[in-house]
Amino acid sequence: MSTPALPPTSRRWRPALEAVALPVGAVLVALLLFGVFCAVQGANPLSVFKAIQRASFGSWYSFQNTLIRAAPLILTALCTALPARLGLIVIGNEGALVVGGLAATAAGLAAASAPPVVALTIMVLAGMAGGGAWIGLVGLLHYQRGVNETISGLLLNYVAIAVLSHLVNGPMRDPASLNKPSSYSFAETHQLGGIASSNVHYGLVFGVVFAVFAWVLMEHTTFGFKARMIGGNIRAARMAGLPVARLGITTCLLGGAAAGLAGMVEVAAIHGRANESLAAGYGYAGILVAFVARFRGLPIILVAVLLGGILASGGILQRQFKLPDATILVFQGIVFLCILFSDSLYGRFACFKEKTA
Amino acid sequence: MNASESIGWWGVVLGIFAGALRGGTPFLLVSLGECLTEKSGKINLGLEGTLLMGAMSAYAVSYHSGNPWLGVIAAFGTGAGLGAIHALLVSRPKVNDVAAGIAMLIFGSGLAFYLGKSYIRPSAPQLPALSLGGWSELPQLQAALKLSPLFVLGAGLAFLLSWAFNCTRWGLRVRAVGDAPVAALALGMSVKKVRFVAIVLGSAIAGLGGAHLSLFYPGAWTEAISSGQGLMAVALVIFARWRPVHCLYASMIFGGTQAIAPALQAIGITSGYYLWNAAPYVLTLVVMVITCSPKRTLAGSPGALGTSS
Repeated sequence: MSTPALPPTSRRWRPALEAVALPVGAVLVALLLFGVFCAVQGANPLSVFKAIQRASFGSWYSFQNTLIRAAPLILTALCTALPARLGLIVIGNEGALVVGGLAATAAGLAAASAPPVVALTIMVLAGMAGGGAWIGLVGLLHYQRGVNETISGLLLNYVAIAVLSHLVNGPMRDPASLNKPSSYSFAETHQLGGIASSNVHYGLVFGVVFAVFAWVLMEHTTFGFKARMIGGNIRAARMAGLPVARLGITTCLLGGAAAGLAGMVEVAAIHGRANESLAAGYGYAGILVAFVARFRGLPIILVAVLLGGILASGGILQRQFKLPDATILVFQGIVFLCILFSDSLYGRFACFKEKTA
Repeated sequence: MNASESIGWWGVVLGIFAGALRGGTPFLLVSLGECLTEKSGKINLGLEGTLLMGAMSAYAVSYHSGNPWLGVIAAFGTGAGLGAIHALLVSRPKVNDVAAGIAMLIFGSGLAFYLGKSYIRPSAPQLPALSLGGWSELPQLQAALKLSPLFVLGAGLAFLLSWAFNCTRWGLRVRAVGDAPVAALALGMSVKKVRFVAIVLGSAIAGLGGAHLSLFYPGAWTEAISSGQGLMAVALVIFARWRPVHCLYASMIFGGTQAIAPALQAIGITSGYYLWNAAPYVLTLVVMVITCSPKRTLAGSPGALGTSS
């Protein structure tokens, strides 16, 4: 059989290079712009970059801080990245994280007398179920009622935070928590500990496993193929008889479960209880990670570690350069804008084009 | 809260009414701005950042110049500037407008918090209120009828926009570009130019909402000054079916629901205080679930909205 031969892999490196070069170039331009911003504010950009590098990747201790922040970022990024492959823009990450954290807290407190492994397993399941149900609802409303998934996710973020405030100020409140209303704490043994005597908790393992799972699911299974087909052309997918709504809602459930797991990790490993610190913005930062990684599971891990490093350096910038903590937010915004701009440059550079002849 | 107790439940009604007028104004201005933007076929999800930058710049300029009206102009200008970044970005091929909005949201709020750090303490001159309650002896009613000049401006703007969309050449252009960009292009209109103007002007109007927040009610610059009013704009416009005058009604309803919890607290009902904060969001969601349908696009929705054209 003579099928038209694909170009041999050795000649297909140019588009692959483009897919790496454009985001990297965008980040470099963002660094340049951020450097100008710092210089205008009277801080030496080079020493700011050096401080960020030292505070995020400079030593084993600071790298652990980076990884601790990367764990929830990987998980919340998946909440946007998975449905995005079907063409849905879900930004209810923060809400799913909060609901997952609350569900895990409730389950953990209820299972306080169970052995630690059992209790933590129940918390993981509860967190995933809570977050999954939250984003599953977004998917359900989209396919059953035609409600825009971006808007409903956004609204549900606020609903989740209101529920969190209500619970930690009322029904779940530990009367001993005066300054910052919180739920009762888990026993030390029932918290998520460090991996082999490091400060990095098992949440990172959860994140990496979930990201690899998402990558295999989307790139190497028929489920993923169908999902990508829906994302590519929903009418063609309907014509081909794909169960669009079922696939979409399932993917939303999975994405929500990832963000819910991030909430579980935050309460079980960082806070040891539920309070309003749970809504710390990991959900919104996760959206950025998903877009920069172009919704792929494996790049998400890398991007989350990089952004985790930047978040970890916020304190240093404040102490050493007297730059307000919002500096990091400005930097995130600039990176995001540059990455989006670079999206419009695909196919614009002749050096990345495959020679056809 | 003795005065409130003396008029009992009427205090709750009045509180909600006052909240509708005061708390509804930022909703009104951002939703009008979003309405104008969406009529041209693009979404701006970053109006929360615009609102915060508007609030910060209005406060800073009012503080330094001593004139709150200069602050209002500054908010308008800052809004236009942020709108220009968004407009340039979404005019590029392959750039998703929803993602660009989220980026603008992060960038705008980051910039507002960064630049506004030093303005959290000092107090800036506030906008004067228009008191329409002089005829009443009830102090609560007088307080409720102290109108923000920006509310009056926004209400006028709602009718002006409605007239402009329906009766002017300019409004027709915006609608044409939003409904059928290809046809508009074939007629010789510059889709890019019309969208640029609509997005920049829409963002500038949203900036005015920020000036209301920092210069009238609550009347100070803090990082928690906006509780998502800018994000709600998109939902409000759907609620109002892309009709400016309906944005006015929708904003009053949202301002009112936001005031339920404090009004109930004033007469001693505190249970569920935090849950009531979710009322505007739940209301929007319920309305959307009832009115949306998977079979057809919403009546009144601009044709090019949510497509890549």
